[in-house]
Parts: sequence; structure tokens; C-alpha cells
Amino acid sequence: MPAIEILGLEKTYMVGFWRKRPKRALQPLHLSVEEGEIFGFLGPNGAGKTTTLKMLMGLVFPTAGTARILGREWTDPEVKAQIGFLPEQPYFYDYLTAHELLDYYGQLSGVPGKDRKRRVDDVLQRVGLTDVKGVQLRKFSKGMLQRAGIAQAILHNPKLVFFDEPMSGLDPLGRREVRDLMEQLKQEGKTVFFSTHILSDAEALCDRVAIINKGELRGVGAVEDLTSTVQDKVEVIWQGTQLPASMKALGAECHVTGDTVRAVLPENQQDAAIDALRRERIRLIAITPLRTSLEAYFVEKLQHSETTAGKLA
Amino acid sequence: MSMNTRVVHIASNTFREAVRDRVLYNLIAFALLLMGAAIFVGQISIDIERLVVVNLGLTAVSLFGVVIAIFIGIGLVSKEIEKRTLYTVLSRPVRRWEFIVGKFFGLAGTLVVNTFFMAIGVFGALLYVAHRFTRPDALILVALYFIILEFLIICSLALLFSSFSSPLLSAVFAFSLFVIGSFADDLRGFAGLTHGFLRWFATGAAYLVPNFSTLNVIRAVAHQHSVGGQLILHNTLYALFYTAMALSGAVLIFERRNLK
Amino acid sequence: MTARRRTTIVAGACLLVSLTACVLLLRHIDRLRPQASIDDALYVSSPKMVKRASLGFDGLMACIYWTRTVQYFGHRHYNHEQSYNELAPLLEITTTLDPQLIPAYQFGASFLAPAPPNGAGEPARAIQLIEFGIAHNPNDWKLYYDLGFVYYTELMNYKKAAEVFDQGSRVPGAHPFMKIMAAQMAEHAGEFATARLLWSATFETSHEANIRENALEHLRAITVDEDITNLQAAVTRFGQQTGRLPVSMSELVAAEHLPGIPSDPDGDPYKLTAEGRIQLEKPEDFPFATKGLPPGYKPSARPRFHTKL
Repeated sequence: MPAIEILGLEKTYMVGFWRKRPKRALQPLHLSVEEGEIFGFLGPNGAGKTTTLKMLMGLVFPTAGTARILGREWTDPEVKAQIGFLPEQPYFYDYLTAHELLDYYGQLSGVPGKDRKRRVDDVLQRVGLTDVKGVQLRKFSKGMLQRAGIAQAILHNPKLVFFDEPMSGLDPLGRREVRDLMEQLKQEGKTVFFSTHILSDAEALCDRVAIINKGELRGVGAVEDLTSTVQDKVEVIWQGTQLPASMKALGAECHVTGDTVRAVLPENQQDAAIDALRRERIRLIAITPLRTSLEAYFVEKLQHSETTAGKLA
Repeated sequence: MSMNTRVVHIASNTFREAVRDRVLYNLIAFALLLMGAAIFVGQISIDIERLVVVNLGLTAVSLFGVVIAIFIGIGLVSKEIEKRTLYTVLSRPVRRWEFIVGKFFGLAGTLVVNTFFMAIGVFGALLYVAHRFTRPDALILVALYFIILEFLIICSLALLFSSFSSPLLSAVFAFSLFVIGSFADDLRGFAGLTHGFLRWFATGAAYLVPNFSTLNVIRAVAHQHSVGGQLILHNTLYALFYTAMALSGAVLIFERRNLK
Repeated sequence: MTARRRTTIVAGACLLVSLTACVLLLRHIDRLRPQASIDDALYVSSPKMVKRASLGFDGLMACIYWTRTVQYFGHRHYNHEQSYNELAPLLEITTTLDPQLIPAYQFGASFLAPAPPNGAGEPARAIQLIEFGIAHNPNDWKLYYDLGFVYYTELMNYKKAAEVFDQGSRVPGAHPFMKIMAAQMAEHAGEFATARLLWSATFETSHEANIRENALEHLRAITVDEDITNLQAAVTRFGQQTGRLPVSMSELVAAEHLPGIPSDPDGDPYKLTAEGRIQLEKPEDFPFATKGLPPGYKPSARPRFHTKL
């Protein structure tokens, strides 16, 4: 059973003051996410990612379409007991302490009293907020707030968690921690659905991704498939700033960076390149097969949608 | 976990929020100051000190309570939507109507507690000028009870407007209705003098607007006139039904609202 | 049925039921409460205080007080009250807030001056009120009318009344009848024709229901008084001619060659008693009549205004 099945969810807003014109925030979306996977929902700002998430949470009502979450209708209140949500740049009741906040959310999620205390302490430790659990949230830094947000999303041990831009505003250390946490959640058998516009995170974490732009789905697939080595090129890095003619003869495109040179060659010239460098007594630093990065795939999909949009305009 | 428990949790969290909101303390302090002023004014006009203390004291309780109800009540839903604290609440198994009802009870509870403290102030001031309590002073409790009924209505209206309007507009609407509602009798009288469409409209408005005139027995109580049991019963029912009406409206609107 | 639809139906039903309950309860509460708002209105009975408390919204407050005044009087009159203690303060507050609220002065003339149960019985205050009005509205001739009215009907000061009407007639734009009234009062003070003129003018020029009703009742009373005066004179003439009293109305009618049995404005025939007095069939229907009342008749504490406009 898929964890999430989005069946044609669509959202059109009426904008304007007097004469309202329709603005389509999301075209009918069809998507499904399997249990136990980390799914990335990618797109630039304003693509419709948050709109989709809000509709799944029941915060916004779709103009058309339905969805099923963990096998039930998405509007079924019982579903909510099994999902967790971390909104983008979350705000919390800043007059509460971290501990009180989580306790309150625990109450609302139906975690029974005895369990609740233990769970709150556990989750605070997991996100590293145990030391500040008695501090009012109004005094929290952005990173701490984000961690509190994650805490409240996983507190009641949901099967499925939704994160909206979970890395936003975090320093590299924080981002690392969040990534680690998401891996852990996957280990525990949970499904993670998160939206982001930072591709490197998606590339590192996700099993599958979907790319959305201007309200339209542009591509779906497993990360590996999307970034397979279609290109059959290799990247060669050597010490020094020399650009030997032999390398150029092999068809290398060279870039000098500091005291190293980075060259891109067709894959079948790989051995010849190694020989050439050895003959010239140039120290080879690395040879790596070049993969299409997710970024390139992403940019290509977006450009494609621009041109399509351009044709329609 | 049943819906009633969730409502109770939301209510107690709302209460906690109100108590930690510093606005509340400033208003209470100001009100107590006014009580002090009442004693002072009473000293100047001999023979009517008691009258002044009761009138001014109860009026202060009423007015400040309304201001508190509006200030905090407006924040209840409008502020939550603006600040997006609602997202993490509604993504849990909390029904939207439970949220509204819970908020209402939290706010009402806050006002009852607040009234209790201010009432102590009034009785304190009364004791100071009259040196002892007499039997008719118990009527002050009736006036306070009616004031609490007023608060219930105002809270429900604040919630109603919060459910669809910005904090500023909600405050304006709620306060306007309080003023108009205080002149409800005159509105009815005015309707009686007009004809045709205007009469129909004015009569409708007179019935729809919360009737605070009937809930204001401050002057009568100050003069130690008793308040009929029938009136107490009917006023209670009226306040309850009006509150239910406003809350139903709030629920209907909020259920449909797209949160930005 | 989705949870949302269920909630909608329940909330919608609750709203309708509560709304109905509220309206019904309010109607019931109205009946329970005494004229609370009037007592409220006069907590501050000093007009100056009220003006200060209005924070500049004098006009609105004046309208509110005017509404309360009319309600106050109407309510008490309907319940046959014997006193209208708050009427003067209410009118004073209203006119202090808005000296240009002309109907208030006319109301004072019609209902402040007359004795209870038809008015507050305070002609001096009424005069004070109207003179205040004249001071602030020197170009309004109708105020002179109201003032003259009080002097004539309540204080019976015909000379002063004529003076006032004369003054009023000189206001630019005054209705010609002011001059006529002045002359009429100077020469025919106390006569039925003068009174009839006065009350007809009031009836014609006022838009206020209470005032018009009142004027109409006075006109009916004048008719009765006039009829009975004439009939009584006829009885006296009969006595002089025949040396005895007529045995019945028909005999009197025949002797005087009257067109038929005379009847009052309601159609009830006038009665002739054994003592030779002309009397009304139903004196209680003519609260302002001064003639034709049975001996020892005490006007009802609950006068019925017959004509409902």
C-alpha cells in the first residue's frame, strides 16, 4: 500500500480585489509515495510545494482531486494521528517552554499521560534540546526552533512525516544533523516526504524525487535513475598548472583551479590520459566518472518547462 | 482520545497563554487603580460614597473586562493564523470546531478569574468606605454575574470576527458591537419611531445586536434595588443562546477557511 | 457523510435555533424589565453634565434622549400613569444637547404644561423650555405658537398669549394665521371659536402622533362643551317660556325646532335629566370635556383616548 497517493489534487486561487481572476497554484497532481522511502519534493520557490503539503494537511482545501494517506481518505481525522508535520519556518507558542510545547502537542495527538512524559524527554534528547527544555521558545534561535519543530513532528511516533524545507536557515552542522535524523527515521521504517529547493540534500538523502515547477509536475523517478552515467565522461585532476598538448589532443577541456587542473575527457580516453600524464611526470590526483548531477537534470527540466511555457504564451 | 479532552487541553493552553500575556496585567493594574480613584472620589462627595464606589467599581470591571476580552480574544484565532502556530495544531487529530470551542472556554475562564480578582477589589473598596457589609450588598454579586454573562457574549463575538477577519478589523467590529449593544434599548425605541423599510431594518438590527442594556444592572444594584429571579433566568438563557449562536457562526466560517 | 459535513449541519442548526431563542427571549425580557433605560438616562440629570459626557457627539445623544422622551411619555400614558416626573429633565437634557431640536419644544407645550394624567403639570417649566428654544431659534415662529399655546390653554393668561402670538406674527416667514390668532385672542378670549382655532392649528401643523391625538381629543371636547352650552341655554329658554322644565329631549327638540335629537361626536344622544341638566351619555369618552358631566363625576384616572391615529 502506498504511503501517499495524490490523485489529481489541484488548487486555483481567485486573486484580485474587484474582478477576481483565477490563478492556478497547482495543476492536477498525480503522485504516489511508497512506504519506507525518503521522498524528495523538489522545485524552486513558488512552485507549489507548500501548497501541496498544506492541502495534504487539511490546512487548505483543494479545488479538485483527492488523496489517500496510509490507505485512508486524507480528510479522515484518524489519519492525523499517524502523521507528523514540520511546516516551513515554524512558529510556536513562544510563551511556552520546549517541554510544555511538546507536552501540549502530545496531548493533542492523543499520547496517553504516562507515555507522554517519557516520549517528550526522549524526543528532546534526540533533537538535542534537553538542556533548554525549560526555556521559553521566544528565546530560541532559528536552529533551535527548527529542532523543536522536528521534535513535535516525531513525538507521537507517526508512520509518515512531512517536512517542508527542513534545512532552511540551518548552519552546515544543523543540516548534517537533520540529514542524519532523516536517515534514522528511514531506518525505523518510517516514510519521509520532504520538500526542498536544495538539491544536494535531496541527492544525498532521497530514494525518489519529484520535480515541480509553476504548479506542474515535471519529472518523477529514483535518484539513481535520473543521475545515471549517461554522459560517459571522466574527470581527471592533476597537480600543477601545466596544460600538456597531449591532453588537449585527447579532447580534454581543461580548467585551472589554484594549483591543480581539472580536465574532462571522454571515458574511452581514460587510459591514454593516465599514460600521458605519467610520461610528462605530472602528478595525477584523481580520476572520477562523471555523473549527471541532479542539478543538471533539475535545470534541464525547468528550462524545458520554461520553453513549453514560452510556446504557450 | 475523545474530543472533549482535546477541547479541555486547548482551553487550558489558551488560559495559560492569557495568563502569560503581559497585556492582561497592565489592564488589571489600571483597573485596580481606578478602584482606588473611586474611593477618593467617594470621599469628596459625602453621603454617596457607597454609590460612587459601587457604580464606578462595577463599571470598571465591566469596561476593562470587555477591553481584555477583545484584546486577547482577537489574538486567539487571527494571531494564530498570522503567525502560523495553527499549522502544527491542525495537522494533529484536532477538529477545527474543537479548536474554536477550546479557545472560547480558555478565554471565558480567563475572564472569570480576572473578574474574581477585580470583584475582590470592589468589595475591598466598599468595605473601606462603608466599614461593613450589609445584606443588600449581595446584589453586587448579581451585577457581577451579569457582567460575566456580558463577557461570554463578547468573547464569542471576538472569536466570530477572528475567524475571518484581521486582528485590527476584528477588534473594531467587536468593540463597535459592544457600544451599539449598550444602546440596544434606544435602538429598539428608534425602530419604533420609524416606518417602512427603515423600521424593518432597525428592528432586525435591534434584535440581532447583543442586548447589553438588559445585562447592565449596575445602577439598580448601587441603589440596592433587587433584581427579579425571572430576569436572572432569562438573561442567563439569552447570554447562553447568543454565545452559542456566535460560536456556531465562528465554527461554520472557520471550517471553510483556507489558511494562508 | 464526511465529518466536515456533519459539523456544518450541527453548527448550522445550532445557529438557527440559538437565533430564534434569542429573539424570543428578548421579547420576554422586555416585558420583565421596568423602564430601566429611563432611570439610566437620568442618572445624570444635569443637562450640562450630559453634554460634557457626550464627548462632542451632542447630536447623536440628543436623538437618543429624544427617542427616550417619546418612549417614556408614550409608555406611561398608555399605562395611565399619574405622574411624569422625568419628562421635564428629559426635555431639558434633549434641548441642551441640541437646542435646534424643535419638536421637543412642541412636545413640552403639549405635555409638560397640562395637569396629570394628561401631562406633567409643570407649565412654568414648559414656558422656561420654550423661551430657551426661542432664544436659540429666533427665526422659528412656531415656537411662539407653542409658547402662546401654553399661556392660553394652561395659564389662561389671554393677554400674554395674545402678546406672544403678536410677537410671533412679526417673525419673517410667519404663517398669516399667527396674526389672526393674536387678534382673536385679544378680542374673543375664552370663547369656543378661539379654542377651536388653536387646537385645529396644533393638529394640522404637528407630525407627532401623541400631539395630534391630544389635539383631536380637545377638539371633540370643545364640540361637546359648545353643544351642551347651547342646549343648556335652550333648556333655560324653555323654562322661561313655559315655566317648567321639558319632560324629555324630544319635547325640547320640538320646541326649539331642532333638526333631530342632538348627539355627541360619537353619535350618542345627549341626555336630559329630571333636573333639567344636559348630560353626556358616556363622559369617560371625552376626557377634556368640562360640561355635561354628571354631578360628582370624577374624571377617570384612566382616560381613554378614543381616536387612535
